[in-house]
Amino acid sequence: MLTILDNVSLEVGHGESIAIVGASGAGKSTLLGLLAGLDVPSQGEIWLAEHEITSMNEDGRAALRANNVGFVFQSFHLISSLTALENVMLPLELAGAEHAADAALEALRTVGLEPRKGHYPHQLSGGEKQRVAIARAFVVKPEVLFADEPTGNLDKRTGDTVIDLLFRMNEDTRTTLVLVTHDISLAARCDRVLYMEAGRIDRESAGRDAVH
Amino acid sequence: MSHEIKTTVHLAVRLLARDWRAGELSVLVIALLVAVTALTGVAFLTDRVGQAVEMRAAESLAADLRLGSAQSIDDAYEAQAGQLGLETARVTTMPSVVFAGESNTLAAVRAVTERYPLRGRLKTSERLLGEVNVTQGIPGPGEAWASPRLMARLGVDTGTELEVGGAQLKLSRVLDFRPDEGWSFVDLAPTLLINEADLESTQLIQPGSRVSYQVLFAGKRAEIDRFKPLLEEQIADGENLRDIKGTNPQIRSSMDRSGRFLNLASLVSVLLAAVAVAMAARRYSHRHRDRTALMKCMGASQSLIFRSSLLQLIILAVAGAIVGAILGYLAQLGLAWLMRDLIGQSLPAPGMQPAILGLVTALSILGGFALPDLMQMGKTPPLRVLRQDIEPPPLRYGISWLAGVAAVLVLLLWIMRDTELVLTIFAGAAVTFLTLGVIGWLLVKSLRGFRGAAGVAWRYGLANLARRGRESVVQIVAFGLGLMVLLLLSTVRTQLMDTWRQSLPDNAPNQFLINIQPHEVDAMADFLKQRQIQLPDFVPLVRARMTTINGADVSQMTFEDPQGERWARRDSNLSWTGQLQADNRIVDGDFWAPDFSGNEVSVEQDFGRELGLSLGDELGFDIAGETMTAKVTSFRTVEWDSFSPNFFMVFSPGVLEPYPATYITSLFVDESERGAVLDLMRSFPSVTAIDLDAVLSQVRDVMDKAALAVQAVFVFTLLAGLTVLWAAVQSTSDERRYESAMLRTFGASKKRVLSGAATEFIAIGLLAGLLASAGASLAGYLLATRLFELDYHFSLMLWLAGPLAGMLFVGASGLAATWRVITHAPVNVLRTA
Repeated sequence: MLTILDNVSLEVGHGESIAIVGASGAGKSTLLGLLAGLDVPSQGEIWLAEHEITSMNEDGRAALRANNVGFVFQSFHLISSLTALENVMLPLELAGAEHAADAALEALRTVGLEPRKGHYPHQLSGGEKQRVAIARAFVVKPEVLFADEPTGNLDKRTGDTVIDLLFRMNEDTRTTLVLVTHDISLAARCDRVLYMEAGRIDRESAGRDAVH
Repeated sequence: MSHEIKTTVHLAVRLLARDWRAGELSVLVIALLVAVTALTGVAFLTDRVGQAVEMRAAESLAADLRLGSAQSIDDAYEAQAGQLGLETARVTTMPSVVFAGESNTLAAVRAVTERYPLRGRLKTSERLLGEVNVTQGIPGPGEAWASPRLMARLGVDTGTELEVGGAQLKLSRVLDFRPDEGWSFVDLAPTLLINEADLESTQLIQPGSRVSYQVLFAGKRAEIDRFKPLLEEQIADGENLRDIKGTNPQIRSSMDRSGRFLNLASLVSVLLAAVAVAMAARRYSHRHRDRTALMKCMGASQSLIFRSSLLQLIILAVAGAIVGAILGYLAQLGLAWLMRDLIGQSLPAPGMQPAILGLVTALSILGGFALPDLMQMGKTPPLRVLRQDIEPPPLRYGISWLAGVAAVLVLLLWIMRDTELVLTIFAGAAVTFLTLGVIGWLLVKSLRGFRGAAGVAWRYGLANLARRGRESVVQIVAFGLGLMVLLLLSTVRTQLMDTWRQSLPDNAPNQFLINIQPHEVDAMADFLKQRQIQLPDFVPLVRARMTTINGADVSQMTFEDPQGERWARRDSNLSWTGQLQADNRIVDGDFWAPDFSGNEVSVEQDFGRELGLSLGDELGFDIAGETMTAKVTSFRTVEWDSFSPNFFMVFSPGVLEPYPATYITSLFVDESERGAVLDLMRSFPSVTAIDLDAVLSQVRDVMDKAALAVQAVFVFTLLAGLTVLWAAVQSTSDERRYESAMLRTFGASKKRVLSGAATEFIAIGLLAGLLASAGASLAGYLLATRLFELDYHFSLMLWLAGPLAGMLFVGASGLAATWRVITHAPVNVLRTA
């Protein structure tokens, strides 16, 4: 059996922001998937929002995510047949929330994209797509936000704008942030940085001390 | 509504609306509509025709139920019927000579009561050849209504005093039509309708007189259904009960058969549309795996996704059923218009059942062909949001096949309501599709050899066709089948009609004369000789009922062949001759010598088989109350389409001569001598002339219309084929878009890319056309040689028409469908890839 992650022990406090950095294949995304309950480890325990998720079934984990978790992905994952507004509404609709459209519009306004609410993903630029994704992640007021290489598909300037937005919203809402990235300067903006190598957490530092 | 249900409904409705707007559902919806429209269109029509047939059948009884007897019928039945709220009437019929002054003739006197007829209407006129009107009521006491034939024989018009038995009655109206007059070549005596109140004064009912009594019943269906078993329990020996199911069995069964055939034809479209649905559903589920993963990532449970998918399908099915049923209704109006001459009357409005059939169709198709893919899509793991290479567990083909087969079986059972028949059809359809599929696959494979034959566009097109082998085969079969039926119904049908027409001699008889009295035969022969019309054979005809076979009572026998059963239950026309007719051929036994005297009968081969007769059997007949027997000594074949008078049973000379006979004959009258026929009818008023040319052209016209209607149904097959093509193009559109962008990036011109696609579709069309021509030729050959016994000539035209039509139709539709996909600017395509 192939061991992807080994002897990983980690605790993230409420409102804290951590960055997971490391080379390709170090196991960053696998760890993120496990933390978010998208997958389960073959051994060990994971607790999310005071629930032990490793013993839950897929639907149980989904229900937990619905109430507590937001995501931002490298490849945006906007649904091509939905407009910007509808993409933001989707998690609210899945949770059966009332007034989904109002809340989604408010979230789009926060990321500065209200004028483009009726546009489809293919009509938006990369940066705009990621801003829609951020609005979608925050619209459910998650306790934890998982971000997987959020600037990976963006140029430097657009990436910076998106990251500024992400951190600003994170501070405003006191959300816990778990960020996977290659980018040390981005990692440096987090409270803590975990360095991964070959499936292990090699070391850890405070964000401001982040180095290659 | 619980929170969960509310969320499901919300989600399903919104996703569906958004997918619809984004054009994700168009192929699925169009395929569904084609299926439902084809099936409901035909079902609406057959429902209306079925109702019309039933109504006509009821009219031909003049009632819903008819109790008949040779003895007078107990009043108690009518009292019982009255208690159940049924209407009743009595009809008493007897033969009697009617006198008008010096002239007299035999008539069938029908004495009726007030409400006669309970179904259908009488039509009468004030005087002979006067305006015919639908008439309420019956002749008043002291009055009589006579058929035009009776009046012609008596040489009188209305207002005349008639003497019927001991009664004097005034002829007050002409009875042009009564619904229960029946139809047979040789009708009984002409009708005189009188009021039952006058029956006694006629003194016609005497011991030994031939009287038939009938009581008619009519009412609501439910009450009739309740009354019928009650009546069946009570009826005495010699009383017989008929309802509309027993009337006109031929018309009914042929209507049933054609209805089922049209239904099956529409089912072909449904199956093809189902294939398109399956293709569209596969593409849909592929494209929406990411969405599913994302929704799960956001907290949607598997069951929520499954429930919402299911609900979306149900909404689609219901919407498709409603819109499809409306379109089906409109299509049916068109079909009814095409078939108006065949149906020959205004049709009643259709019932709701076809609309329900539409819903069952939509649910079965979506459930059987789309649901498995959607279920698989729902199993996409959420981790796919992080790793694109993660796929849902593979769809078990066994399950998806099973679902499809189950859906088709449900539909077939619903339509046919006959398990054995359904299984037969199912097996037949499976073999047909498999055969066509294998041939299609071989055709696709055979194209490989041509790949190097021409330029890059050619190679690219053929490579595409081979690579998408499975889809290509489905398209070839779909178009091949549709084209085949159209070819069969247009080219092959006219070909067969022409061959048949050519097989008739130019001077084939075109006039049939019936009801010639024995004393008129010589006079008529003189008449024809004077006008230099070739003298025909006058063939004697005696009406009789077969009563025994080898001494056993026919009415107690059961027959394996339903047609045999029918022959045994009705009157037969018998004839005699010393010499075998030229168009007859003995296939078993020996025909008697011209001077033979004895009781022998020669039986037509098929008729004998249907009745289960063999050589040496002794047949007993009742002829005008007397019995007669004869031995079967030979079986014959007859060329019915020679238009000469022919009989199922021909007797040796002398056997039938003691009995009352009429004569029939057929003759050829040139167009320029038509006046002679009119003179003949004037000179011999009791003789009926049937113009075969008119009958034939009417038959031809009816056939043309029927073929047109069937063709119209198969247009749906082509439409379904088009949706399959469209679904196939769409399911490969991402790939095509990318490939054409790559080709153009490498320097291929737009024209070259288009000609590549054109090659692919034209090749599909060509193969489908070849398949269609081959199928139509084979079917034509089998029809001609096996069914119609005609020579079949393979036609070059057919082999040109199929491939040409296929290439044009499929090539043009395919190019139209791919145009937008492959003319996209390459830069846009490659940037988003």
